Amino acid sequence: MNNFIKNSIRFALFLIIQVVILNEVPPIHQFITPYLYFLCILWLPFGISRLSLTLLGFILGFALDLFSNTPGLHAAACGLMAYIRPSILNLLLAQEASEEVNKEPSIGTMGWGPYAFYIFTLTFIHHFYLVLLEWLQFGSFTYFLGKVLLTSIMSILLIFLVELIMNRRKLKR
Amino acid sequence: MKNIIGFIRQNFTFFTFLILQIVSLVMLSSFSKSHQTFLGGWTNQMIGEINTRYNNWSYFFRLKETNAKLVLENIELRNQLKQNFVPYDTSKKLATIILRKDSLEKVRKFFYLPAKVVGNTFTLQKNYITIERGSLQGVKKDMAAISPDGSIVGIVVEVGENYSKIMSLLHRNSKVSAMLKRDKVAGTVEWDGSDPEILTLKNISKSAAPKLGDTIYTSPYSASFPPQLMVGRVTQIIADPASNFLTLNLKSSTNFYNLEYIYLVENKRMAEQLGIEKNKEPNE
Repeated sequence: MNNFIKNSIRFALFLIIQVVILNEVPPIHQFITPYLYFLCILWLPFGISRLSLTLLGFILGFALDLFSNTPGLHAAACGLMAYIRPSILNLLLAQEASEEVNKEPSIGTMGWGPYAFYIFTLTFIHHFYLVLLEWLQFGSFTYFLGKVLLTSIMSILLIFLVELIMNRRKLKR
Repeated sequence: MKNIIGFIRQNFTFFTFLILQIVSLVMLSSFSKSHQTFLGGWTNQMIGEINTRYNNWSYFFRLKETNAKLVLENIELRNQLKQNFVPYDTSKKLATIILRKDSLEKVRKFFYLPAKVVGNTFTLQKNYITIERGSLQGVKKDMAAISPDGSIVGIVVEVGENYSKIMSLLHRNSKVSAMLKRDKVAGTVEWDGSDPEILTLKNISKSAAPKLGDTIYTSPYSASFPPQLMVGRVTQIIADPASNFLTLNLKSSTNFYNLEYIYLVENKRMAEQLGIEKNKEPNE
């Protein structure tokens, strides 16, 4: 129950930060859009089932879509990312995952290397699919490539900053 | 049959995932075609409510700036009043005076409505502005939106009961007819999606001789926008050797970052104008 409340608050908080702050920031460059909202899906505990993950990802993306007038765009990308998450986690931690059902992916529970790989891959998948959908409607190949790379780098920097600020390792103890 | 059900049950998660993807892709494609929200009015209403609350807060801190803008605008309006009217047909003066008492009502072409902005994006490729004024307060589809300093903002694409949505000039599909102030040559203003301050004016004939810094304003050909509203100034002239047309880059005179109030303009004769333009001769 505690976990449920914590994650609900996190869900709302990430959505609000994305809508109220990050979507309002004047663009630095055409290729750079700061995205952080999907971190909320990445922080869900290990034990959560794939089905509920996919649904949650879809709901989070759709909620953001309602605010940014792009129904389906973020919902599709976030849904895909949430669906792939368990596969990546299984790849990184073999057996321990089943034992620590309530723990969350973090530097403390996974270690630096695997956690960084986990964040890098899923961020990249999310942005790749998101910008691909955008690209299908307009834009050139350089737009697609540049935006995927630069937006991913921006997001990873933001996630890194959040990790530094929140310091979830200490909270865990 | 049993096998199929068993197969679906086994891969239930995967099928849920597939269905959700299809749902989102359908929403995405149908939305970009018709600009109609997939779920209809209630989401629009709900998001509008949330945006109002947030906006009330940020609005308070900018009261001073807004006030200064209003004063400037009042002066501007007094100087421009004549442009809201079409000249009276003097040859029929006698008949009209006998038939109608209110001569002013007959010649008014553009009608202005104020509206408060409650939602605004400028970082995306398709930007929309939400305003707190809907069909109950007289908003109709295809009305033009202009900012307090008299530059153009966009066109109303969706109307709810109390909220409406405006397709910003910063939108891939927005097209506004505009002309050079210097030689009155008309073209189309579009946005290429890169920089919110730079617009593109296309299809300007090469016979025109635009210079850097020239003023671009709306043309009288547009059905939604009143003529002679500021669009921007020329910053770059690109001549395409393969065609007879120039492409001009403009510095937009609208500041999309801090829109608080906008004015909606209704062209009372738009339906008639569009009807006439749409009519094709039966022989064709």
